Amino acid sequence: MTHLKTKHRLLADKAMLWIVCLFATLTAVPLFAILGEVLLRGYDQLSWSFFTETTPTAYKAMKAIEAGEPIPGGIANGIIGTMIMLGMAAIVAVPTGILCGAFLAENPKNRFSQTVSYLTDLLQGTPSVIIGIVTYMWVVVPMKGYSAIAGSVALFVMMLPLIIRSTEETLKILPASLKEAGLALGGNRARVMLKVQLPAAFGGIFTGVLLAISRVIGETAPLMFTALGCSFIRFSIDKPISAVPLLIWEFFNDPNLQELIWGASLFLLLFVLTLNLTAKYLAKKWNQ
Amino acid sequence: MTDKLYKVLLFVAALTMPIVCGGVVYALVTDAYEAFEHFGFIQFLTSKEWSYTEGAEQYGALPFITGTLMTTALALIFCIPFSLPVALFVGEYFKGTKVASVLSTVTDLLAGIPSIIYGLWGFYTLRPLIMALGISPQGSGVLTASLVLAIMIVPYAASLSAEFIKMVPNDLKEGAYSLGATRAEVIRKVVFPVAGSGVFSSYVLAIGRALGETMTVTMLIGNTNNIPESITSTGNSMASIIANQFGEASDLRFSSLIAIGLVLFLITAVINMIGKMMITRARIS
Repeated sequence: MTHLKTKHRLLADKAMLWIVCLFATLTAVPLFAILGEVLLRGYDQLSWSFFTETTPTAYKAMKAIEAGEPIPGGIANGIIGTMIMLGMAAIVAVPTGILCGAFLAENPKNRFSQTVSYLTDLLQGTPSVIIGIVTYMWVVVPMKGYSAIAGSVALFVMMLPLIIRSTEETLKILPASLKEAGLALGGNRARVMLKVQLPAAFGGIFTGVLLAISRVIGETAPLMFTALGCSFIRFSIDKPISAVPLLIWEFFNDPNLQELIWGASLFLLLFVLTLNLTAKYLAKKWNQ
Repeated sequence: MTDKLYKVLLFVAALTMPIVCGGVVYALVTDAYEAFEHFGFIQFLTSKEWSYTEGAEQYGALPFITGTLMTTALALIFCIPFSLPVALFVGEYFKGTKVASVLSTVTDLLAGIPSIIYGLWGFYTLRPLIMALGISPQGSGVLTASLVLAIMIVPYAASLSAEFIKMVPNDLKEGAYSLGATRAEVIRKVVFPVAGSGVFSSYVLAIGRALGETMTVTMLIGNTNNIPESITSTGNSMASIIANQFGEASDLRFSSLIAIGLVLFLITAVINMIGKMMITRARIS
């Protein structure tokens, strides 16, 4: 009897191990399924011209499909738009986020910084579509039109909490003796932060910035109501502008342009995954 | 002098947070006011009409609240059988090994895929599959959206759960082993009771993610403004109705969409706050 019970228990133990392994492995399937599909359907669209030409009009694309030719054009307008908006957002968000993170790390206990910390969580959890409509009311309505500025404000709001958190966490795990040694040598707080703490935390902060960029670069919803989109390359920041995820959305909704979806998605996916892996690799390297 | 300047600089940077958050709430409340005033707060939340015929405009949020709650609940149900094994795999069975770090890299990458690409995959791969299996004739609907949503929230639930499972003290587990418990029993009787509240809080945060997910749901839920009758029928979520109609809306419809946004903002804020509070408590104990 006891023998049977033991056998049963051991069997249950084995079964549990196999179930855990099976389902954990199954979780990897979607990643490879998505990667595989985007690669297979998108790789033949990637060519030099795909990155240097702008989106074709629906009419041009229709003509090409009728003639049985590949759709001309590419996503250069989207790439440049993404770069402009991301650049503007990062220029403001990175210093602000680092300073705010430093504030939270330096004053962990006072009430104001606890409020700021709570609000950071709140903003980080806010759905991106809400950031989009709020930025619409902040920027698009007063400026009376969609613009690259509006798009970058939305991206700024999304990046800010991510950078604050990574900066704060990295600064907090630095040994206290580091800061104390700096202060003992006669440096004032600003100097110690600038010359000792920030350089020591550089790895973590840099990784955080990379992850923040990879998180917002694929955001579509907040750009739909702010940057709107534009079918040619534009450098003026007060006019509507395109972005890679916006183009994917456009292609998805236009039957004539559907073939372009996969090239654009492949580009975006590879970019985001590379950024993620780089950040992970750097974090590991700097931690050692 | 420099010290003072430094303190002021940090303070000013920290001020951006209250300003931005205050701005978000202010913008939502002022523009949602018209809809709430016109329909009444409770009426707006419980009415299921969404029609923009001129003169007889009628907007209610119930179909979208239902859609959001349905997709989120289903996504959570589909997510658990995968995120829990991943958490156990990484945090207990293969803790600290190379396979575990490979698996956690894979889930991290899943978290990094942009939602529009999840939407494309759902639309072009999963939707035909659902049609072929005869689950629903149009392929898109609450079920399709929830399935993809589940994949999207697995990484969030799994990585945080794993962190709590990893923190279970070894001496507790060793105590159970020395009494002759098998690993499965240790997990059931020691790991879950100890890490339980932390694991639970990671699912609360995953719910917070699922509630606001926009593009994936918009591409897969079918976009009909009705209360979904079953899990295979089409509907709309709060985020997807905004994504669909915000660009073309004006006046009362615009305000109604903002009102839906405000409700969504409040729901996610509350859920996230509960999750964070539970995490802090779980970390301390």
